[in-house]
Amino acid sequence: MKKKSIIPGFGLSMGITVAMLSLIILIPLASVLAYSFRLSGGEFLDLMTRPNVVQSFVTSIGCALAAAVINCVFGVILAWVLVRYDFPGKRLMDGMIELPFALPTAVAGITLTKMYSDTGFLGRAFEKIGIEIAYTKIGIVIAMIFIGIPFVVRAIQPVLEKLSPSYEEAALMLGASRLTVFWKIIFPEIRPALLTGFGLALARGIGEYGSVIYISGNSEKNGTQVVSYIIMQKLNSGNVDYEGAAAIALVLLIISFLMLFLINIIQHIASRRTNA
Amino acid sequence: MKKKNFIRKTISFTLAAACMVFTFTGCGDKKEDGTLTFTNVSYDPTREFYAAYNELFAEHYKEETGKEIELVQSHGGSGSQARSVIEGNDADVVTLALAHDITAIEEAGLIEEGWIDEFDKNSSPYTSTIVFLVHSGNEKGINDWDDLTKEGVEIITPDPKSSGGACWNFLAAWQYAKEKFGGDETQMKDFVAQIYDNVLVMDSGARGATTTFVENGQGDVLIAWENEALLTLEEYPGEYELVTPSISILAEPSVAIVDENADKNGTQEIAKDYLEYLYTEDAQRLAGENFYRPSDETILNEFADTFDLSVNLCTIDDFGGWDQAYQDFFADDAIFDEIYSK
Repeated sequence: MKKKSIIPGFGLSMGITVAMLSLIILIPLASVLAYSFRLSGGEFLDLMTRPNVVQSFVTSIGCALAAAVINCVFGVILAWVLVRYDFPGKRLMDGMIELPFALPTAVAGITLTKMYSDTGFLGRAFEKIGIEIAYTKIGIVIAMIFIGIPFVVRAIQPVLEKLSPSYEEAALMLGASRLTVFWKIIFPEIRPALLTGFGLALARGIGEYGSVIYISGNSEKNGTQVVSYIIMQKLNSGNVDYEGAAAIALVLLIISFLMLFLINIIQHIASRRTNA
Repeated sequence: MKKKNFIRKTISFTLAAACMVFTFTGCGDKKEDGTLTFTNVSYDPTREFYAAYNELFAEHYKEETGKEIELVQSHGGSGSQARSVIEGNDADVVTLALAHDITAIEEAGLIEEGWIDEFDKNSSPYTSTIVFLVHSGNEKGINDWDDLTKEGVEIITPDPKSSGGACWNFLAAWQYAKEKFGGDETQMKDFVAQIYDNVLVMDSGARGATTTFVENGQGDVLIAWENEALLTLEEYPGEYELVTPSISILAEPSVAIVDENADKNGTQEIAKDYLEYLYTEDAQRLAGENFYRPSDETILNEFADTFDLSVNLCTIDDFGGWDQAYQDFFADDAIFDEIYSK
């Protein structure tokens, strides 16, 4: 006899889950794999060691890492402000966090470029102190910060909401410094959520196309071509190169997967330590 | 018991899958009142022209047959539009920037061989060329390709490795260098390399480059399609000037019937009519008004005020056709990589 589940409808919901996953994720991903295997080993290596391909991987991953770290710092502060303080316009601000999700990325990219180019409103100010933003790697990082910030804030917010201020008060009463309270009381609680947010922001940044493409300038010389741009180059140019595009996409996928996997391991170890 | 469970699972799985299939289907070609839908897949800058042309053609079609026709236009980068047709976009005709993109559809088996001779003038009812757009007053004194190699001149042009239009820009510069240095390849490469050294921003497409130059105010000169440049002059009167170089390239955007789709949709006749009508006087004049050079010489001369007709134009045949040009210049490790990656 099969044990009856308390919640009925397993068959149907599982059916929908499997169908959805296959149609939307598994089958398309499998086709990426299939296409990239049409390249021979030698061709694959040749493609992956081309200077522009290597450089694009360095740019994409480096910029996405930088953006994710910055997002973590400011994401915590933002989430903290939104959870712990009351001020007029708080709800509006809370809603604004999600704008980068809703705004078409190309619109975001064009707007950021206009703002941060040396004729733009913000770019002019930065140019005076000698910092060029649009058409440099800084520009790429800014675009990635823009699209990644909601992931971090939305991951941390619920945890902070559940965290009762009474622990902090108790610690302060017992003579802990503010820094100690943050590191010993608050940080361990939000760390898993922060890691999740970091991972999501990173993954999003590595694969980002729309918002980055306008602000980066796509110059091979300045090292501002991102991986997704190289993939589009393969698909847009006179001779459509599906295999090459799929192979680069596959490597990108594997790298993203490994990074997310690593984050999960860190999270696992960390949670074991806190629970021990 | 187990078997029943299995059957139940199978049923729910099938149901789930069926639900999804129904969600994604349900579009047809013919409307209930018999109005035919006809799709023209084109590239970015022809948007305004085909919007006007479709009105003209719908009128003509109604006069001929007494029936209404609904004309659908689709625009995007020429290469990706071709790809969408190959991947199943149900286009009846394609009107793309390069013959090469149509050849790609032909190679996928959707267009019959010999399409380029199906209509007049290499199936190019209108043409364009590559010109320079500079800021009003032309302070940097940009009059020809030589001036683009000067130090301190900032150029905006899209990436030839991702944009079909950008290939024309490169080839026009190359042709100039060829005439100037009498075919000495080392000097020609140096000359073109100097131009590309001055490129400030390399956008992924022609529209993006126009945005960078016009909206974001980057650079001193935009290497652009003549039709895009003239459109910009019209939209921003007094802010820009158009400079036609002494040598440029004749860009022949081509048109073709997507035979496989047209046969399936029963639109072969209309498709032929649609593309042939592009060569009539009215349509040619409309092309001229939308800043494309009409292929009809008489009508082209009517627009002598708009277009600089004295420019010396080479064609893609001077480079041995598109496939050859692509292999020679833009494939991995070809001439563009060689001069730009240094």
